[in-house]
Amino acid sequence: MTTDLTRSTAAALADLLTQGSISAREVAQAHLDRTAEVDTAVHSYLHVDTEGALSTADDVDRRRAAGESLHALAGVPIAVKDVIATRGLPTTCGSRILRGWVPPYDATLVTRLRTAGMPILGKTNMDEFAMGSSTEHSAYGPSHNPWDLDRIPGGSGGGSSSAVASFQAPLAIGTDTGGSIRQPAAVTGTVGTKPTYGGVSRYGLVALASSLDQAGPCTRTVLDAALLHEVIGGHDPMDSTSIDAPVPPLVEAARRADVSGLRIGIVRELTGEGFQAGVRTRFEQAVQHLVDAGAEVVEVSCPSFTYALAAYYLILPSEASSNLAKFDAMRYGLRVAPSGISDPSAEQVMAATRDAGFGDEVKRRIILGTYALSSGYYDAYYGSAQKVRRLIADDFTRAFEAADVLVSPTAPTTAFRFGDKLDDPMAMYLNDIATIPANLAGIPGISVPSGLADEDGLPAGFQILAPAMHDDRLYAVGAALEARLTAAWGGAMLDRAPALAGTGAAVGPTRTKEA
Amino acid sequence: MADLTRTDVAHLAALARIDLSDAELDRMVGELAVILDAVATVQQAPIADVEPMSHPMPIVNVTRPDVVRPSLSPEDALAGAPEAEQQRFSVPRILDED
Repeated sequence: MTTDLTRSTAAALADLLTQGSISAREVAQAHLDRTAEVDTAVHSYLHVDTEGALSTADDVDRRRAAGESLHALAGVPIAVKDVIATRGLPTTCGSRILRGWVPPYDATLVTRLRTAGMPILGKTNMDEFAMGSSTEHSAYGPSHNPWDLDRIPGGSGGGSSSAVASFQAPLAIGTDTGGSIRQPAAVTGTVGTKPTYGGVSRYGLVALASSLDQAGPCTRTVLDAALLHEVIGGHDPMDSTSIDAPVPPLVEAARRADVSGLRIGIVRELTGEGFQAGVRTRFEQAVQHLVDAGAEVVEVSCPSFTYALAAYYLILPSEASSNLAKFDAMRYGLRVAPSGISDPSAEQVMAATRDAGFGDEVKRRIILGTYALSSGYYDAYYGSAQKVRRLIADDFTRAFEAADVLVSPTAPTTAFRFGDKLDDPMAMYLNDIATIPANLAGIPGISVPSGLADEDGLPAGFQILAPAMHDDRLYAVGAALEARLTAAWGGAMLDRAPALAGTGAAVGPTRTKEA
Repeated sequence: MADLTRTDVAHLAALARIDLSDAELDRMVGELAVILDAVATVQQAPIADVEPMSHPMPIVNVTRPDVVRPSLSPEDALAGAPEAEQQRFSVPRILDED
């Protein structure tokens, strides 16, 4: 075939595979070749599993030839964020403390991918333990934005967003604790969904903040996200917070793309000041497209969102400090002997290992969380944050009485340059100002490309939020917007991304923090 | 509100079992001060009489039927251990010698 399979959507690949006009091996090989060509520069992957991907693909081809009835996405390859446990494949969470760790079990969502016959291409880069908005906190060096290799691909899931945006994979798995699927999607011109909390099993997801974490799809189109979401979604007895109810018809919603009569709520607190002019312009145009498609616009106010970032940066570190206590150098991962101590105790080994194994941002958040939870400060910090969380959830409840979905720009700016915010934690945290409220309340959200900002020609994202368990609305609105914008642009936005040079050295910094 | 001193941060690091170097401690005191200033604004929110929310969904206890099912083999469970001995995790001493 002369067509470049890596430019196809997952939906188109699935059709070609079902018709038998291409083989799963050809599809997997095309993506592995693309990775060999561009990933020196992009650095999406921490680990590529050539052998495993081809072996799954061959198995799918064999079963299809034998007349077996297969899952619609059988043979469509996927990249998986390195925070998800994959049996037999390294899982490092972007941390030195887990360098080379190979889990003895699969996450439930990975089991579902394997059952569907989807070849796993590899594991994608991320900020260490998903703490960050740029991948600059990965112990293995940052990933690069395919639109401009000197800029960040978003984070924490910048490996997954850049893999999809650079056509190394049609689909990827991300995780979103405060925006780690949606913000990377926004700055790379791709699509990313954070499902309703409990909608996708967390079994096998290395926990950052258990009450906020949620895995979801990273793709190039809204329909592809819906297809993948249906594969990984649904009840799992291995996760006690998994919702025991059917997943709404997401693919159907994406195909119908119907917004007529739908009430779209613009969140006053998530527009205006603090948002880059070009991001705002693309947002306003996108809203107009939805109005032209038959939606009705209302303005809603969520006054407590002003406190969301503060509440999040108490709740997340508190939960993280507790979750990361398991990295104790005893059962798996790194073990470092403290220098200058003969016959050290377990406690001394633990402290030396955690100092050597964790990066700056992880240490910062563990210590902040330890403080917020400590006796005498608990009520003032963690307790107050939990009350603010309630106010935010109440704001959403009221807003969803006036509107069927809420919309905002996904991130306040387009992709920034490496190093711009690395030494200013608060500036880095502000990237998630529009995405955090959804995690605190547990509601679903999606980011869809809204166009390129006029001032820098870089992608901006449009965020859609829906009430819990109404993930289908994300896909209806997202697909309607995507269809109108693609028609207006005369093609997909990613077609306008610069072609990546065939090989070559990485452009921009490839610094490995404190190597 | 009270700022964290270098001694406070050293104490927290010890509680969190992270052996911070002097340089790390110096840097972290300043960074935490900035972050704490920002997050302390939660105390200015209208939170009097608000019920704290720990979780996005109502939490119910989940149990499974009491039946035996496959689990990790000892080999699998020990595969990632820094040190293993006699089918067990081998760890540094946990008591003082004297």
